[in-house]
Amino acid sequence: MSLLEVRDMGISFGGLRAVDGVSFSVEAGQVFSIIGPNGAGKTTLFNLVTGIYRPSRGNVTLAGEDMTGLAPHLLVRRGMARTFQNLQVFFRMTAVENVMVGCHLAERTSFLADLLGLPAVARQNKVTREHALGLLGRVGLAHLADASAGALPYGALKRLEIARALAANPKVLLLDEPAAGCNAVETEAIDHLIADIAKGGVGVVLIEHDMKLVMKISDRVLVLAQGRPLAEGAPRAVRENPQVIAAYLGDHGAREADRAHG
Amino acid sequence: MAATATLARVLRARFTPLIVLAALMVLVPVLAPSSFHLRVAALVWIFALAALGLTILMGYAGQVSLGHAGFVGIGAYAVAIGPARLGLDPLLCLVLGAVLAGAIAYGVGRPILKLKGYYLAIATLGFGVIVALVLHSEAEITGGPDGMAVSRLSLFGWRVTGALNWYWVTSGALLIGALLALNIAASPTGRALRALHDSEVAAAGTGIDVGAKKLAAFVVAAVYGAVAGGLLAAMNGLITPEAARFSHSIELVAMVIIGGLGSVFGTVVGAAFLVVLPQMLTALQEYEQAVLGLLIMVFMIFLPQGIVPSIRAYFLERLP
Repeated sequence: MSLLEVRDMGISFGGLRAVDGVSFSVEAGQVFSIIGPNGAGKTTLFNLVTGIYRPSRGNVTLAGEDMTGLAPHLLVRRGMARTFQNLQVFFRMTAVENVMVGCHLAERTSFLADLLGLPAVARQNKVTREHALGLLGRVGLAHLADASAGALPYGALKRLEIARALAANPKVLLLDEPAAGCNAVETEAIDHLIADIAKGGVGVVLIEHDMKLVMKISDRVLVLAQGRPLAEGAPRAVRENPQVIAAYLGDHGAREADRAHG
Repeated sequence: MAATATLARVLRARFTPLIVLAALMVLVPVLAPSSFHLRVAALVWIFALAALGLTILMGYAGQVSLGHAGFVGIGAYAVAIGPARLGLDPLLCLVLGAVLAGAIAYGVGRPILKLKGYYLAIATLGFGVIVALVLHSEAEITGGPDGMAVSRLSLFGWRVTGALNWYWVTSGALLIGALLALNIAASPTGRALRALHDSEVAAAGTGIDVGAKKLAAFVVAAVYGAVAGGLLAAMNGLITPEAARFSHSIELVAMVIIGGLGSVFGTVVGAAFLVVLPQMLTALQEYEQAVLGLLIMVFMIFLPQGIVPSIRAYFLERLP
């Protein structure tokens, strides 16, 4: 039994099959990448797995437990966290507060205690802040802890989202284009971070356009085209699959992947 | 340098607004001891208390309500109807009014808080209109458009009479309200509300039950409104359905925005702005409303973040 199993997932929007019959499974400590041309259904697949859309068919199990159609806030409780392709940062809060929100599930004060400002709340705030600062350190943002999130550069916000997702202590982490819009140095940092997260035993599911990054850190790659699975396998096998090259990578992508492998 | 560093720390400290507010409350009777001034000040505290509910709902959680005066009306009429028709103690009725408003907010909030933005605004507006309508038309219970007299409030045997005593009672109520609002802001609940204000999908993604948090904010806001309404009715000794009218809901929203959305002290400043200014402008007679409207526009153009956050930011930018 795999950590995350997605079976025969499908959804239609007004007759268009956005995702159609996609299955995959992810093991703990593995980086599993989903690639495909724009409009292939990658983010839609993420939204199905993370409960934002309700699938019209198929199911999701996490550590053997059926998760299909659970609301996002319940999925997190069962160990599934994610980041978003279009940044979903709490822009009016500081960086550390963003991650503190991510610690929400571990916080134990009641609404009444919060209202009355009981000493337990101050203690909880301290514990949460310490934990959040640790996570900010892990993604390399400790020095920006008290800066307003709205003032952070794009690459930092991408890492901030990862820190916030890690705060939920997930078994599976879904990253939707974590390196999109990042420069080479930022991409390198994210590359190391993802490898580090997987090493910690988390199953990482990655959507990414940066082929160099994908080929370098993925254990397995799933290629989607027009909502359907086109190929799945080790990075090298996928890269050499003629169908994949035709559908997605093209000449340029294949050359880039070659360079990545040296 | 040491002085500016201290000032910066004071501006950032959590309970500064509460201490400044308490100091103001002590100063007002010294500087303006006439019962007219004290009554106006007590009205400011009452409207600030009602508006603090909106500070939590709109300022923290980002959920608009154009029917907040409906909860003020429910609280006010609980204090009017309970003693007059059922022979209950007015203080007990103040508490019952708050519980009733909270329960109604729970029932109404569950379906309408699924709506967002303009749609939520219109749904809450509809709620406020219904409350005002019921208060108008159920004349046998509410006295209809003429309203009804409200019996005196007594706090544990002490009958509250006179402008100064009412000034202190309303001051105490506002201080408690402000303290609770500041407590929420600096708690896990406050972080959750501010998070869902910025991104509901990301808030849900961290495990926050967005619907439940919005509902909690709506219920708390309703309780603030109802307590303020109960105090208003008991202080004035008379209540009419005007308390729940639509324009009153708009005034409460305006207070929160003019003072500074999400700022506790700003809410008090906003309430003072909209309660005191009309009194000062009465000399202008028929131009009063026009000048008031103009002043609101000028303030929003030059201090778009609201009075208190704009001033605070001005100083913090220039301090270490």
